[in-house]
Amino acid sequence: MASNTSGGSSDRQRIAQQRLRIIAGHLQRPVDGDSAILAAECKAQGSKPDASREEKTVPRRRQEIMKWNGWGYSDSRFLFNKKGQAEFTGKRYRLSGMIIPGLKDWFEGTFGASLQHKTPATPLLNNSAVQPPTLNEAFVEELKSTGIPFSQDAEDRVFRAHGHCLHEIFALREGKFGRVPDMVVWPNCHNDVVKIVELASKHNVCLIPYGGGTSVSSALECPPEETRSIVSLDTSQMNRILWIDEKNLTAHMEAGIVGQDLERLLNESGYCTGHEPDSMEFSSLGGWVATRASGMKKNIYGNIEDLVVHIKMVTPQGVIEKSCQGPRMSTGPDIHHFIMGSEGTLGVVTEVTMKIRPMPEYQKYGSVVFPNFEQGVACLREVARQRCAPASIRLMDNEQFKFGHALKPQVSSIFTSFLDGLKKFYITKFKGFDPNRLCVATLLFEGDREKVLQHEKQVYDIAAKFGGLAAGEDNGQRGYMLTFVIAYLRDLGMDYYVIGESFETSVPWDRVLDICRNVKARIVRECKERGVQFPPLSTCRVTQTYDAGACVYFYFAFNYRGLSDPVHVYEQVEHAAREEILANGGSLSHHHGVGKLRKEWMRETVSNVGMGMLKSVKDYVDPSNIFGNRNLL
Amino acid sequence: MTNTYRDSGRAGLVDEGEFVDILEERRRSSDLGHALRTFNPHPYQGASPCSAAELNKAVLESQYLRYVTKEIAMETGSSVEEVRKEACGILEEMSQNLQLGFIRLMGYTLTKVFKRLFTSIFVNMEGLNTLQQAIQETPVILMPNHRSYVDFLIVSYILFTYDIPVPVIAAGIPLAGMKMVGEILRRSGAFFIRRAIGSDKLYWAVLSEYVKAIVRRGYAPMEFYVEGLRSRTLKSLTPKLGMMHMVLEPYFKGEVFDITFVPISISYDRVLEESLLAHELLGVPKPKESTTGLLKASKVLQEDYGTMHVNFGRPLSVRQLCHGKINRCQYNLIPRDLPQKPTAEAQACVSWLAHLMVRIQEEGSLISPWSLMACLLLQAPITVLTEEGLLWQQLTEKTLWLRKLALDYGARLNWSGQAPDSDVMSSAVALHRSVVHRKAGRVYLVQEEEPARKRPISPEEGVTRTAAAVLMLASYRNQLLHVFVRPALLATAIHITKSTQRSELFTFFCFLQDLFSYEFIFIPDKLSQDFEEACLLLKKCGAVHISQQEVTLSDVGLEALSFLQALLQPFIDSYQMMFGYLSEEEVDVFTEKQFLPAVRNLATKLILSGELHTYEALSSDTQKNVLSALRRLEAVTKLRASEQNEYKVNKAAVRKIGDILSGKIPPQMLQTTPDARL
Repeated sequence: MASNTSGGSSDRQRIAQQRLRIIAGHLQRPVDGDSAILAAECKAQGSKPDASREEKTVPRRRQEIMKWNGWGYSDSRFLFNKKGQAEFTGKRYRLSGMIIPGLKDWFEGTFGASLQHKTPATPLLNNSAVQPPTLNEAFVEELKSTGIPFSQDAEDRVFRAHGHCLHEIFALREGKFGRVPDMVVWPNCHNDVVKIVELASKHNVCLIPYGGGTSVSSALECPPEETRSIVSLDTSQMNRILWIDEKNLTAHMEAGIVGQDLERLLNESGYCTGHEPDSMEFSSLGGWVATRASGMKKNIYGNIEDLVVHIKMVTPQGVIEKSCQGPRMSTGPDIHHFIMGSEGTLGVVTEVTMKIRPMPEYQKYGSVVFPNFEQGVACLREVARQRCAPASIRLMDNEQFKFGHALKPQVSSIFTSFLDGLKKFYITKFKGFDPNRLCVATLLFEGDREKVLQHEKQVYDIAAKFGGLAAGEDNGQRGYMLTFVIAYLRDLGMDYYVIGESFETSVPWDRVLDICRNVKARIVRECKERGVQFPPLSTCRVTQTYDAGACVYFYFAFNYRGLSDPVHVYEQVEHAAREEILANGGSLSHHHGVGKLRKEWMRETVSNVGMGMLKSVKDYVDPSNIFGNRNLL
Repeated sequence: MTNTYRDSGRAGLVDEGEFVDILEERRRSSDLGHALRTFNPHPYQGASPCSAAELNKAVLESQYLRYVTKEIAMETGSSVEEVRKEACGILEEMSQNLQLGFIRLMGYTLTKVFKRLFTSIFVNMEGLNTLQQAIQETPVILMPNHRSYVDFLIVSYILFTYDIPVPVIAAGIPLAGMKMVGEILRRSGAFFIRRAIGSDKLYWAVLSEYVKAIVRRGYAPMEFYVEGLRSRTLKSLTPKLGMMHMVLEPYFKGEVFDITFVPISISYDRVLEESLLAHELLGVPKPKESTTGLLKASKVLQEDYGTMHVNFGRPLSVRQLCHGKINRCQYNLIPRDLPQKPTAEAQACVSWLAHLMVRIQEEGSLISPWSLMACLLLQAPITVLTEEGLLWQQLTEKTLWLRKLALDYGARLNWSGQAPDSDVMSSAVALHRSVVHRKAGRVYLVQEEEPARKRPISPEEGVTRTAAAVLMLASYRNQLLHVFVRPALLATAIHITKSTQRSELFTFFCFLQDLFSYEFIFIPDKLSQDFEEACLLLKKCGAVHISQQEVTLSDVGLEALSFLQALLQPFIDSYQMMFGYLSEEEVDVFTEKQFLPAVRNLATKLILSGELHTYEALSSDTQKNVLSALRRLEAVTKLRASEQNEYKVNKAAVRKIGDILSGKIPPQMLQTTPDARL
C-alpha cells in the first residue's frame, strides 16, 4: 500500500484512508428501509453472476490464480535475484516488489544454506502421474441431472487432495501424488449441498468437504484405504453474504466465503466480524467452524465459538440447526459444539450467522522490546491478569526477533537507517539489552481514538514495569505483516534445502516459559540425534493471551542437505515436539485442529469416555461414514 | 539393559594415561598460587547469577512453601507468620553460602592435607572434560559415593582446580555443628540436612523447595550422596530416595529441559577411618563430629594412605534415562506448586534411577590389589591368620589367580603394570601394616595394641580384638563384592540346592537376592537379568555348562566355584546364627538396642566355642541388615504403637527362612512388594 520510506506518515495516511472508507461505506448503505436486511436466493446454474461475484477471490479453477504446489497466489513469491538479493514479487502485499537485503545473510547464517545449492520444484503438474478417477457411475448420472457443476479433471482433483502440511507440499514439489479425490463438485447453495449429500448417501460415495484448503493437520488427505469413490465438495462458490441484520448486529453468510472477502464485503457496509486468522486470505467460514478457528483479534471479538450465533449443517441424517437466534441458551449440551471442531466428519456447514461489529474508528500498531523472553512473558501475564489485552498482543522470542529484522525491506533514506542505528544503539548499549536475548512484543489496538490512546498508555505502563521499552509502530506493523508472508517464505526455503513448519498449542500461564524452552530444546536435540547436519531454527512466540493461559506457536525449520529422507526426519521431530508439548501440559491443538496428523493423541486428550461420546455422535449422524475423511477419531 | 548406560569395555588394568595425578602439579608449584588461581568457570547457560541470599528469598517466597505454610498453620493452630518464621529458621540452618574466597581457603588447606595423606590423587581427565561440557548445557547432579570424610570436599577441590563451577553439597547436620569448620563448609558450598526428618512436614517442604530451586535455576551443580551417608563397611548402601525425588521433580514437572547425572566413584587404597569404622561396627560409639575431635584426629595425618582415585562417570541424561519410565502428563492437572504425593510410577522410576547410580558407581570404582588379598585372607581359617600365619607364597599365587578372575568379570583394577607383581603385593601389605604383617614368608593378622592393662585380656576381649582386624579386612573385601556377587549368589544356590535345574536355581537365586537385599545392592525388578549375568560369568570362568534347562558343573571350574561360594559364606553363617537366636530366644518382642548386644554376646560365645566361624556376625551392620531383611520378608514386624522401636518376631517364619537358606526346604517365591523408601 504505502511506501515504507517514512513509517509514521504512511501509517497516518493509511489510517486516514481507512476512516474515509468507513465513512464512505456508511454513506453507500442501501436505502431500502431501515431494517437493511438483505436477502439473496440460491441461484440456479447458469444464471448471470451478480456483480459482487466478480470481486470474489476464489474461482472454481483455483489454479488460475493460486500455486498448485506452494502457498498462496501464483504472482507472489520470494526469490533470490541475480544479485543474490531476496525480493518479493507481485503487487498484493506491502512487501511486494521490494528488496529485502538482510534475508540472504540471515538465511545462510541461520540454516547453513547456500544459494548455490538449489532444490527446485517440479514446474508443471503432470496429469498422467495422477491416478485415473474411480467413479460411481450411478452417482455421477444423478448428479448430472441436478445441474450442479463438477469436474474429473486431474488438476482440479490434485488441488483438493492436500492442505499445507510440509509433507503434502514436499510431495507436490516432487510431482508425487497419492490418493486424490475422484471428482470435485461445486455446490452453489445450501440446497445443492442437501442434494449432493442425499445422492452420496444413496450411492455410498465418500464426501470430503473442502473450503479454503489451508489445513495443516492432514485433514484433507484422502484416506489411502478408502475404496469408494471420493468426491471433494468444494464450498468456494457458496460465498455470499445473505443478509446483514443491523438491529442485532449479525450477518448471515454462506459457509464457503473466505475471510478476506467476508471482511471486505462487510467493510463496505461499515462492519466487520473481527475474525482474522492468519490464513484469512484463503480460509473459509465453514472451515473456521469445522476446526474451531481462532483469530488474531480474538481479545476484542472472540474466537469462532464466541462469534457464531447460528449454524446450518447438512448431514447424512438431514439438516441440523437451532430454532432461534437467542444469544445464549440452556437447552442441554450446545449442539453447535458437536459441529465446531467436527473437521468434516459429520457433514457440511452450509450457512452461518455471525456477530458483526461496526468497523473500528481507529487502529494503532505498537511494539515493546524486552530485555529477555522471561520478562516479556511476565508482562503478557500481567496484561492478561488486568484483562487489558489489546486487540492483539504477541511476543516473539529472540530468534524470531532476528528473523523479523532480516525481513526489513531496503531503506532508501539515509536518515531512516541512521535512526535505526540510533535505536539499536539506545537499546543495546545505553539500556544494556543483550541483542542475543532481547525479544519483542507486537501490539494492535483498535477502537475509538481516545480509548485506544488510553489503553495504549495502560499497556505501555505495564510493559515498563517488566523492563519493556516502546519500540515504535513500524516494528509492530511489520510483525503482523510477517504473519501473511511467512507461508510464502517456506516455499523459498524449500527451493534451497530448507524445510519447516509451524505448530501451536495452548498452555496454562505458569507453564508458558517451561514449554517454550523445553519444546525448542527438544527440537534441537531431536534434529541432532536424527543426523540433521546443521542446527535447526527452533523458535516460538506467544500469540494469544487468555485469563488462564496462552497460545504458543512454534516455528521449526532446518537445512536437510545430507539427509536421505528429510520429510521423515521432519515428521519424527515434529512428533517428538508434540509429545514434549503434551508432557509439558500443553494442549494437542489451540486452533489448527487434529485432522489425521494428531489423531493418535486424541484418546489420551479427551479420555476413553470422551472418545466414546464423539464416536457415538458420529455413528448416529453418519452411520455409513459418508463423510469419510477419517479425521479426529 | 543397564549396559547402555554403563561404560562397558572399560574393564581391565587401569590405563596409565587415563588418570592424572593432580597432586603432582601441587608438589611442583606453590600451594598459595593454586589457591589464588584465576577461577573462570563456564556456568550453566540458562543460569543468571544469583546470590545465596536471593536463592533463600526465592525459596521462602515460593508458592509451594506459602501453600505448605498456610496448611501447617491451619493444622497446628499457629499463625502463618509463626510458621513462616520457623521455615525461615530451618532455611537459615540449612542453607549454604558459597563464596569463592572460602573455596580458595579450602583449596589451600586441602592441598596441604592431601599432600600429606596421599601419594597421589588420580582423576580421569576425560570425565572432567565431559563434565565441563555438560555443566554448560543442563543442571548437573554430582553423585559420588562416600567412603571417608576426606572425600567430602574432594570434588569441589578438583572442580576448582579445573575451572569448573564448584558444587553445593548436601551434608549431614552434625557437620554444621562443628565450630568454625561448620561455617567454613557452609561457605564452601555445603548445605545441611537433618537426619531422620520423618514426618516434619515443614522441614521436608523447606528442604525440597531449596533443592528444587537450586536445580531449577542451575544455581550451581549439586552434589549429594545417593547412599545417604558414609558407608561404614565400604560396601554400597541401599540408596536413599528422598533427595533423588527432589532433584528429579523439576525434570518430571517440566521446569527444566533435562538434568545430567554424573556418578562419581571414589576409591581408596587405604581408608583413613578404617580402624574407627571397625570399632564402630563392634559397638564402640562413633565420636561426635567436633572441631576438637578433628584436631585430635590429626595423628592420622602422620600415616601414608597410598592413592585415591576419583573417577568421574559419563554424564547421563535424565531425560534419556527416564524415557518410557515416566509419563510427565501426570502433573498436568494439579498446579505444580502444590505438594503432591509421588505416584507409584514416579516412585518406581526414582528408585530404579537411584539403584542404577549405585551400580554405576560400583562399576566405576577401582579395585586395589589389597582388596583381592583381603578377600583371600578372609577365606583362610582364623587360627591360620592369628597363629600359624599364611604362607606368603600361597597368598601371592592365589591373588594372581583372583586377579585374572576379577579381570574376566570386568573389574577395573588399580594394579600397576610397571612394577613386578610381587612388588605390588608387597607394597599393598606394607601400606596396610595396621591390619597384617609379614614375617618369615608368612602373613599374620595384626592384633591391635591395647594400652597397658592391669589385668590380662579376657577371651571375650580377645574375640573383639581379632574381630576389629577381621572387620577391617572385610571392609576391603567389600570394595570388590559387586564384581563377584551375582555369580557368587548362583554358586551358593548351586551349592545349597545341589540342583542343576535352571528354574530351581533361579528361584533360589531370587530368594538369596531378596534375603541379602540390604547387603548387596541390586536394581529392582531386574532379577532375570541378574541371573543371566550370573550364569554367563560362571560359564566364562569355565565353572559351569549352561543349556536351556540346566546348569551343570564342569570339572575345571571348582576353584572358582568354591572361591565364590566362600565369599558369601560369612554372610550365610551370620544370618543363620541370628535366625537361630531369634527363633529360639524366649522373648518375642525386643528393641534394636536390646537386640544388638544380645546377638553380639551370643556370637562371641559361639566363636569361642568354635560353633561360629565368622567374626562378621559381630558387625552391627550385618545385625541391622538381618533385622531389615526379616522385616522386609515380614518375619519381623515393627510395633506401631511402640515408642522405643519395638519389634515383634514371628518365630516360625524366621525358622522357615533359616531352613530355606540351609536347603532343608525349597523356597517358594517369597512375594515381597518393591518397597519405596522415601
